[in-house]
Amino acid sequence: MSYQQVKFYQTGTFTIGNRLLDEHNQTIQSQRDRTNSLNSGHRACQGCGEALGARYAVDAAMRAANKNLVAVNATGCLEVFSSPYPESAWQIPWMHSLFGNAPAVASGVAAAMRAKGKKETRVIAQGGDGATVDIGFGCLSGMFERNDDVLYICYDNEAYMNTGVQRSGSTPARAWTNTTQAVGTEPGNPSGIGKNLPAIAMAHHIPYVATASVADLHDLEAKVTKAMGFHGARYIHVHVPCPLGWKSDPALTIKVARMAVESGLYPLYEAEHGSVIDRTPIRRKVPVERYLELQGRFKHLFSDPPDVAGIAAIQAIADANIRRYGLVDQEVQGGT
Amino acid sequence: MKQQIEGSQAVAKTVALCHPEVAACYPISPQTHIVETLSRLVKAGEVGSCQFLNVESEFGALSVLIGASAAGARTYTATTSQGLLFMAEAVYNAAGLGLPIVMTIANRAVGAPINIWNDHSDSMAMRDAGWMQLFAEDNQGAVDLHVQAFRLAEELSCPVMVCMDGYILTHAVEAVDLLTQENVDAFLPPYDPVQLLDPSDPVSIGSMVGPDAFMEVRYLAHHKHLQALEAIPRIQKEFHQQFGRASGGLLESYKTEGAETIVVALGSVNGTIKDAVDDLRAEGLAVGAVKIVSYRPFPKYQLRQALGHAKRVIVVEKDLSVGKGGILSSEVKMAMRHLPVMVETVIAGLGGRAIPKASIVRVVHEALSEEGLEEPHFLDLNWDVINAELVRQQAKRRSGPTAENILREVGTLGVKAG
Repeated sequence: MSYQQVKFYQTGTFTIGNRLLDEHNQTIQSQRDRTNSLNSGHRACQGCGEALGARYAVDAAMRAANKNLVAVNATGCLEVFSSPYPESAWQIPWMHSLFGNAPAVASGVAAAMRAKGKKETRVIAQGGDGATVDIGFGCLSGMFERNDDVLYICYDNEAYMNTGVQRSGSTPARAWTNTTQAVGTEPGNPSGIGKNLPAIAMAHHIPYVATASVADLHDLEAKVTKAMGFHGARYIHVHVPCPLGWKSDPALTIKVARMAVESGLYPLYEAEHGSVIDRTPIRRKVPVERYLELQGRFKHLFSDPPDVAGIAAIQAIADANIRRYGLVDQEVQGGT
Repeated sequence: MKQQIEGSQAVAKTVALCHPEVAACYPISPQTHIVETLSRLVKAGEVGSCQFLNVESEFGALSVLIGASAAGARTYTATTSQGLLFMAEAVYNAAGLGLPIVMTIANRAVGAPINIWNDHSDSMAMRDAGWMQLFAEDNQGAVDLHVQAFRLAEELSCPVMVCMDGYILTHAVEAVDLLTQENVDAFLPPYDPVQLLDPSDPVSIGSMVGPDAFMEVRYLAHHKHLQALEAIPRIQKEFHQQFGRASGGLLESYKTEGAETIVVALGSVNGTIKDAVDDLRAEGLAVGAVKIVSYRPFPKYQLRQALGHAKRVIVVEKDLSVGKGGILSSEVKMAMRHLPVMVETVIAGLGGRAIPKASIVRVVHEALSEEGLEEPHFLDLNWDVINAELVRQQAKRRSGPTAENILREVGTLGVKAG
């Protein structure tokens, strides 16, 4: 008897609520025994993508580690909103040292566990894009090349949000920040610069690299779970909208993240030992305007007259991603 | 048993006996021989389960130890000069987190101009970070101080730098009585951390602390150093009882009884100073010396007792606070508050400039002369070179790079520019 596999989505056709899925397909976050590693009561902004991403990612890591987990955190929003003395939102052993050293501190924790024969204790490190692609890059690369047994998770909101929205090496082309103002001949962040950290991570040939988005939390949990199945250095880059810095509606965080994925600006893929092994096809491709217009940081592109060339340049980045990672699957497109 | 051994190797072998569980290292001269030797011992399986990490920078090295120490491991690294300054942010962080890391500083000048030779600019730059700083006079002292450093650090949960003069000690081959594993095990109990990253008892370490509590946290760090002023002599006494050597302690006096003039210094130059004191005593001058072992915590009451009876204290220091003068002498002056003791500053030995016994003898004579010493006095400065450069700079604003001009003047550069 032939049957067709039905794939459910979080939006559009074939939408299904998490509760209606088989239990093994439900999110870890929806389980009664979730660990609440990052507990409620912290001080993140409304609609914070990073808090959401961290909550799902760390709980997934906790489950994979059989609750035997230590987390290291770089300085940044996640650190500040979760741990103002004498409060802490962390239900797991958690350490913050400096802005630029989280990967090295995590390497040290992992080394200590090895030295003490505590092989079951797993280590994750987490930081924002500033901590990861900029100031902590040297330590991160060192952790990668030594293949230390650490899962590093970067929550990428594409600028220094904790200090009040300044450009990072992960800020996209043409985006306004407080240090790339929307003035002059090329308003916003210059095009053609910046750093692709997942690709750099892959170049270290570490066991596992993945990109993920808060637009697909099942996928984020699955990737964290998969990453925890490996030993050695692993890296997950999570796209997390920041309503404050992106000047987007806090109610639309998931939608903004989804438009980044569906436009091709934020490709979702997995790599093992330096090679891409899988990617998430774009279900319904949208023009980049659908993503950009939701965010005040790109408002200057839509003034009168609109910056047609600027938008076209961003569309070209999305199209290049789609070609590079094969994101538009004809079969999938035809099926919807 | 005594053996002829290079200072760096003696230190590495002693550190290995202390069984660090995580060592993270980055090469920089003149500290490199220490970590090279330690890496060999670890790889040969002679340091238990020790994990030796070759890291990407000094900042990374200390950061690895911060994580490892918080996870309950005994930790060690060594660095110097630019390396210490490159890890500066983590140096403060380790102390603020109260992590008992032990780090050897092979004291070296800080550039520019780049200079790999000895002075104390590097550890002086970190003097306020919250680490204890113990200075070795010779390699026996360096070896003994490391064992005491682990004990002290772990007892007080506070990091310790053991400072030994680069090249002068690190590369000197001399007779050292190395400890045995049994000796060290009897003296140094296993590390029992105050706070621990442990999944069975989760804690948050490194929270943000605001104005409501930050000052109290800093005071408690200071208080820990006050406790160390009691712990250091106690640990020295125990060490002395066990091994018959009075290494360590806060300070050490040499022929200060009845001394009217006392020379004070840190580190290896104390050997030269003691020889100079012998010569000056032979001349009939009432001169003595005090070696400061513990620079942090600064033993101001003990110094008052050791120096208070003298008329004049001459601080010979291998550092310079540019725009001010002596660093150590300012602190000795503070310790002599309200006492009728004149404290002189002699800046000496910067960038590895030799400090010969004759110069010490001469500077003491000058201090005792009617003219006295200028404040601060720079020992053995070549004023011809300085004046020539000052004239050059006055004549023409763009008179070339200072360091290179001076090297031409002293004839180090082969070609004299036309």
